[in-house]
Amino acid sequence: MIKMLSGDEAVARGAWEAGVAVASAYPGTPSTEILEDLVHYPNIYAEWAPNEKVAVDVAIGAAYAGRRGLAAMKHVGLNVAADSFMYASMTGMEAGLVIVSADDPAMHSSQNEQDNRTFAKFARIPCLEPSDSQEAKDMTIAAFGLSERFDTPVLLRLTTRICHSTSAVELGERVDGTPVEPKPFPRNPAKYVMVPGNAVKRHPVIEQRILDIAKFAESFPLNRIEMGETGLGIITAGVAYQYAKEVFPTASILRLGMTWPLPEQMIRRFAASVEKLIVIEELDPFIEEAVQLMGIPVEGKSIFPLTGELDPRVVRESAIHSSLLPASAHVPLPGVEVGPLPARPPVLCPGCPHRGVFYVLNKLKVPVNGDIGCYTLGLIPPLSAIHSCGCMGAGIAVAHGAVKAGSPEHHVAVIGDSTFFHTGIPALINTVYNRSRVITIIMDNRVTGMTGHQQNPGTGVTLQGETTTQIELEPLVRALGIKQVKTVPAYHVAEIEATLKEFLKLDEPAVLITLEPCVLLPEVRKTWTPLEVLAEQCNGCALCFRIGCPAILKSDELDARLQRPKALIDAALCTGCEVCAQICPQDAITFRQVEMSEV
Amino acid sequence: MRDAINFLLAGVGGQGTILASNVLVNVGLAAGYQAKQAEVHGMSQRGGSVTSFVRWGRTVYSPLVGAGEVDVFLAFEKAEALRNLNQLRMGALALVNLAAIEPVTVTTGGQSYPDDATLHQKISEVTREVIYVDGETTALGLGNVRAANVVLLGALSALMEREGLTGAELSADTWLKVIIARVPPKYADLNRQAFQAGREVVSSSS
Repeated sequence: MIKMLSGDEAVARGAWEAGVAVASAYPGTPSTEILEDLVHYPNIYAEWAPNEKVAVDVAIGAAYAGRRGLAAMKHVGLNVAADSFMYASMTGMEAGLVIVSADDPAMHSSQNEQDNRTFAKFARIPCLEPSDSQEAKDMTIAAFGLSERFDTPVLLRLTTRICHSTSAVELGERVDGTPVEPKPFPRNPAKYVMVPGNAVKRHPVIEQRILDIAKFAESFPLNRIEMGETGLGIITAGVAYQYAKEVFPTASILRLGMTWPLPEQMIRRFAASVEKLIVIEELDPFIEEAVQLMGIPVEGKSIFPLTGELDPRVVRESAIHSSLLPASAHVPLPGVEVGPLPARPPVLCPGCPHRGVFYVLNKLKVPVNGDIGCYTLGLIPPLSAIHSCGCMGAGIAVAHGAVKAGSPEHHVAVIGDSTFFHTGIPALINTVYNRSRVITIIMDNRVTGMTGHQQNPGTGVTLQGETTTQIELEPLVRALGIKQVKTVPAYHVAEIEATLKEFLKLDEPAVLITLEPCVLLPEVRKTWTPLEVLAEQCNGCALCFRIGCPAILKSDELDARLQRPKALIDAALCTGCEVCAQICPQDAITFRQVEMSEV
Repeated sequence: MRDAINFLLAGVGGQGTILASNVLVNVGLAAGYQAKQAEVHGMSQRGGSVTSFVRWGRTVYSPLVGAGEVDVFLAFEKAEALRNLNQLRMGALALVNLAAIEPVTVTTGGQSYPDDATLHQKISEVTREVIYVDGETTALGLGNVRAANVVLLGALSALMEREGLTGAELSADTWLKVIIARVPPKYADLNRQAFQAGREVVSSSS
């Protein structure tokens, strides 16, 4: 049966067909849908872990216990999980272990565009790179075979254009490649206890292993030569293979399904059979440099860009610029001057419970160290209240460091509930242990928002839909030693402001939890009640525009005295959060007729 | 059909652009073509621009379409129609939904939204044929504004037939089957009507 699947869905299908027993992940674009899809298959355990390191350790535990394990994450998740990734390479496992890294060239939704193939080389682990959804499935299955054959974790490296592209996939049946009966946990400390005395003996083993895999790569069927004309030979991998086929339909191509280790003899044979050799790969010159080290003349990044994504146009125009293609290959653009168009930046949704908090932070003019999530959008004007954001869990410690460096202002760190569980907790402990007056705001919207409403340790529900212990933030924060803790409803602007002003007088760490479920959650949508502007009372003061709510528009009606546009609420967008109504000095915006808690 | 047809769908988060492109790639499969689709979500749910490519052909390699190579343009929103205009091949077909979704940069930020005269003029400079559809009003007339994307798909199916991009291998029924398989059963009738209404917009414009 043939079905259209995204690359992520194809990996999930492959994992199921390969008989994976345990899959663990932390959501992150573009990898999130792998586990979201996998959870619908029978006879497989799938979970959201609090972070990627935990997810990788969980998959390792399953593989130590003799069952196939998979962990999935976005590329920067592998930074969090790097420690585990490295020891798993040293120990090997009893059953297959596959780590899926979804890289994001062009940073469609990421803070960097690191090329994780380097992690494979670094850890002496093989790396597979599919070029479409069919291969995403096939390589997931092949990765488990490779893992067990060579006693190694395998990195399956995807990119956004593989994860979020859809193409036809031939579905197969589930094959249980590993014993279904649980085996006793291995008592093999020489292999699984990496104290120095054992680790010293394991290092040569993994160095030999990667050489053995390189030999195997020479006949690995997913590395293949497609001979065409011999004037130009192209080594390529991943989605770049598709662009190479599109732009150079007659050239000879060496398509690498395994981009680490490389099949040196195959590359030498291919290089010898063509007049000119180039590499087309996204991001780093990873293959190119390895080929250069073999002493083979090759070009890559001197022709194609080092940063961002490739696409057929980028590849074609780069090739024309380097005279690989004639100028006649150029595809003209319409070149129509469309005039200035309004920017459409992503914004906090109408009714977002984070909005009122950022309005207050902007008003208090404090430095705010942010984190990764929907609330990072608090940086966008007119809220303009995020001043640093680097990676998951960074904000609290960055604030602490700035304070310890003598930053003269009182620092506020903002972090979401899921990000707090991810890596915020150790940083908060640090503010207690090392005594800094950082104010941490945990913006608790009861869900992992940015990646599309995944469950987390605070929601009381698992990925598989089971009810579980709901980890409460306030007792947790108190147990970490924070004495000043207050939970405030996130829509109560005055109370948030009063609490922050009180905390700003303190000389100790404090935590404000702003609580309100994400306004897009299905049960919250049912309570949406649009508000109205009483035009006769509005004097066009524009204060409500300063909360940056997409539901508040400028009316065509001007205030008679000051000739300023009055406010108008778009009933199709307004959810009735009442943040604007609370800050309107003219009482010109109606409140709900019923208290929100009663709806 | 021709060797390949490259579609670009452009809209604003929440308009059903991704669902429409999912329908389109599956229509391609059902008609016996190779078909691929590529999209970027990520931050698009927060009111940002959404674009998606779909390709049909005998052999389709790249899921992405390079700028200047779009044959069929489906714009769900007027400003997004203009924003993506230079992605089109000269002489492309376009179907433009007459929805205006003003971003906050317009409503409160002082930037201005393009006027209809500019839209019509610029689009006609690039395309050989353009059809304007008021998908939301049509869908609202049928009882549910959310069927606007299916009105557009109906119009697209008729436009492609009329312009000879598709032939006997792809009937309106094939389109409908793919659409109905993707909507909750209680909305099947609504979507049938929406698809038909979209087709009528094109047939009445010729």
